[in-house]
Amino acid sequence: MRTIVAALVVAVLGCAPAQGARPVGPTPAKADTASPPPGPGALSTPNADPFPSTYTPFPSRPTAIRNATIFTATGPRLEHATILLRDGKVAAVGADVAIPADAVVIDGTGKYVTPGLIDAHSHLGVYPAPGTEANSDGNEATNPATPQVWAEHSVWPQDPQFPRNLAGGVTTLQVLPGSANLFGGRSVVLKVVPSRTVQGMKFPGAKYGLKMACGENPKRVYGQKGGPSTRMGNVAGYRAEWIKAEQYRRRWDKWNADHKGDPPPRDLGLETLAEVLRGDMLVQMHCYRADEMAVMLDVAREFGYRIRSFHHAVEAYKIADLLARDSVSASVWADWGGFKMEALDGVLANMALVDQAGARTVVHSDDPSGSQRLAQEAAKGLAAGRAIGLSLTEEDGIRWLTVNPAWTLGLDDRIGSLAVGKNADVVLWSGDPFSVYTRTDKVWVDGALLFDRSDPAEQWRTDFELGYVAQPGGSR
Amino acid sequence: MTRARLTVPVLLLAAAPVVTAAQTIAITGGKVFPVSGPPIERGTVLIRDGRITAVGADVTVPAGATRIDAAGKWVTPGLVDLNTELGLVEVGFGAGANEASAKGQDAVAASFRPWVALNPGSVLIPPAREGGVTTVAVWPVGGLIAGQGALVDLLDGSMTDMLLAAPAGMAGQVSSDEDAGVGARGELFGRLRDLLENAREYGRRKADYDRGQMRPVPYRREDLEALLPVVGGKLPLVLVADRAADIEASLALAADLNIRIVIAGGAEAWQVADKLAAAKVPVLTGAMNNIPQSFNALGSRQENAALLRKAGVTVALIGNGGGDEELFNVRNLRYEAGNAVAYGMSWDDALRAVTLSPAEAFGVADRVGALAPGLEANVVIWSGDPFEFATAAVHVLVRGREFTAPSRQDLLIQRYRMLPLRRR
Repeated sequence: MRTIVAALVVAVLGCAPAQGARPVGPTPAKADTASPPPGPGALSTPNADPFPSTYTPFPSRPTAIRNATIFTATGPRLEHATILLRDGKVAAVGADVAIPADAVVIDGTGKYVTPGLIDAHSHLGVYPAPGTEANSDGNEATNPATPQVWAEHSVWPQDPQFPRNLAGGVTTLQVLPGSANLFGGRSVVLKVVPSRTVQGMKFPGAKYGLKMACGENPKRVYGQKGGPSTRMGNVAGYRAEWIKAEQYRRRWDKWNADHKGDPPPRDLGLETLAEVLRGDMLVQMHCYRADEMAVMLDVAREFGYRIRSFHHAVEAYKIADLLARDSVSASVWADWGGFKMEALDGVLANMALVDQAGARTVVHSDDPSGSQRLAQEAAKGLAAGRAIGLSLTEEDGIRWLTVNPAWTLGLDDRIGSLAVGKNADVVLWSGDPFSVYTRTDKVWVDGALLFDRSDPAEQWRTDFELGYVAQPGGSR
Repeated sequence: MTRARLTVPVLLLAAAPVVTAAQTIAITGGKVFPVSGPPIERGTVLIRDGRITAVGADVTVPAGATRIDAAGKWVTPGLVDLNTELGLVEVGFGAGANEASAKGQDAVAASFRPWVALNPGSVLIPPAREGGVTTVAVWPVGGLIAGQGALVDLLDGSMTDMLLAAPAGMAGQVSSDEDAGVGARGELFGRLRDLLENAREYGRRKADYDRGQMRPVPYRREDLEALLPVVGGKLPLVLVADRAADIEASLALAADLNIRIVIAGGAEAWQVADKLAAAKVPVLTGAMNNIPQSFNALGSRQENAALLRKAGVTVALIGNGGGDEELFNVRNLRYEAGNAVAYGMSWDDALRAVTLSPAEAFGVADRVGALAPGLEANVVIWSGDPFEFATAAVHVLVRGREFTAPSRQDLLIQRYRMLPLRRR
């Protein structure tokens, strides 16, 4: 842990000046000034960033992993290949990579290298462990429409599930509000790194997501509390909010363009929805049933926004062609189903059938245990597809774990593959990642080694674990 | 995006030959893992009338026997999953299809026998079988004493045909004060002791009880009656316990009252492994838990099962990671074993922990859990290492009968594998 603690100090000190980079921060008022000027919070500005990321990469050394099997996620696997990480980026990958003299060289013989895995559906930090009433902060279940809440304001960075996720090879997470509400609030994209603050985990420049939910959950939660109590009530609820949001967007876009007269009143919830309508925010929609997904595609068309991904989507295989047509990814489990009526028709081949239809399959977890074993989930999906005669490669499974979730988060230009210039989020596996016997050996985030199974000193322990969880805790 | 291509036009459903119980069946040429004995490189398993009659390298196959060629394949006993609600719960919530919880009285429902309502037609059974699971325990849940559990074979028959042992054990828990209707753990153990002592007293003085000559007992007669085999040391009391202190208190109670217990869950069991081994108390635990999910499970770690085994504890692996392993994903038991191996258990021990050990823990090792003459012909033929994701169960026999009918999930896939649909 020594290295990480030292790095943390460096990072915190090192990025203090970066605070000055706040795009719209107020100038500090002089002590003798009567009142400070109004802050930007008075206005509804597109892509405002009032809680900016303070993440800076941890210190890293040039690192080369040689003679490994490398899944780049963009092409076929490379055998006996080398990858070079430098300055937080993938500097070179291939059979003939010159290893600089100052590089840490890791023998990858018999081992596998993949991009850092990306979980597009997590509640880490908002539903932390241990599960307590006091820290249960994932569902603002007070109104069916709460687009005004932001998941990042619930995230507890000391959730001991974070380091376990990193040890499972996950380097990027989308943390979402829960699914009690039609509009659950904003998601946040986090790097799985130690930090005192959530801002220190936020993925710089990542778009926000809007969590929405179909089906049983909202009507169950609100059925006895004023509604909606039916699926038709759910749909009326979405449409009513989008009508308001469109009015809000027009009013503010006009005012932001001409600054004529008093600014319109600001509304945090409608502001989030307006951002979706402007295309600045990605809709991440909890939806199980095929017929409901099809209705939601029509609602999106009615109001002129896009749904980026249907989450849970156990029936995605029934409408995989529609998902392909509208470029909506299906973020799915390998094998969950049956636990409620809308999950009844879950099948093991869902991942494979969605892929076959030309839509994007995303292996997601919605679960702190599954999130540590995403490659095992993909392995089940691959096997199920092959069992019904589909021709699937391990490279396909890797895409489900990396580039496809990166696209779902709008970050495929930075993460999810090991092309030169991409962020050096890298996992070294003890063997084939799709074998049940394989474990992660090492995990790098932006080129910095943040997990090393062979070295307890390189294993992040949250504040919570100190004194509560004996080292080595968990699997580590 | 690479497009997956179709290479085989139909589902691989009808794996010939289909065999039925009233036959002699010879499974030949496979790598046989009897579990009760050493592996046999190219062995034969001979089955007659639903039972295994011979297992070995040079077994003579009688003329007329139906042969299943297992060359290049792995042959194991059917897996035994001790932690399911199969047939009791069809849909977890919102559907009124849940028969796993009794009302009881003051959190005690010892007389509850949930298998009376066991649904042999549950669509969740075929997928479990496709995962190589042929015998399961079905348990009630809730309260301090949830009721009795049964062991059932996953065959295609009536509820009574399926029963292997009923009751197989009494289900209780010492990890939730709230569920037990008490305020603190000390109160919980006090209440559990009082209940068991009352049952014993009732058993000794039934006649006095009936004549009203026994002091008032705050428990239902039927519950006391149901607890008699527990206090008599005949029926194991399965206690869900995660915290090391709760496990120790359970061991102390069992020693005091001279009853048999089994620990289920056991997140921190590795911390008291020596005591569990000395008391010969089996532990049912998963191999994929490493999250301090509550203050009862701060010591949760993936090496738990391996450490217990190393200390000499009888370990039965169960799925309890929150992925619906009790119902929809009973089929995933084999991955629990694979993960146990990844975290320190030997492969042989892991196989034992999903076959013979669970059978031993509930006294049915003379019926299931191994490949040996006289045992039920619950046999799985795998395409390879059963713990690997790429491996499939090619043939699954329960009491000598092979199952090949498509599951509901198979039917859904058949219907939707080619999009867009026509005339649907």
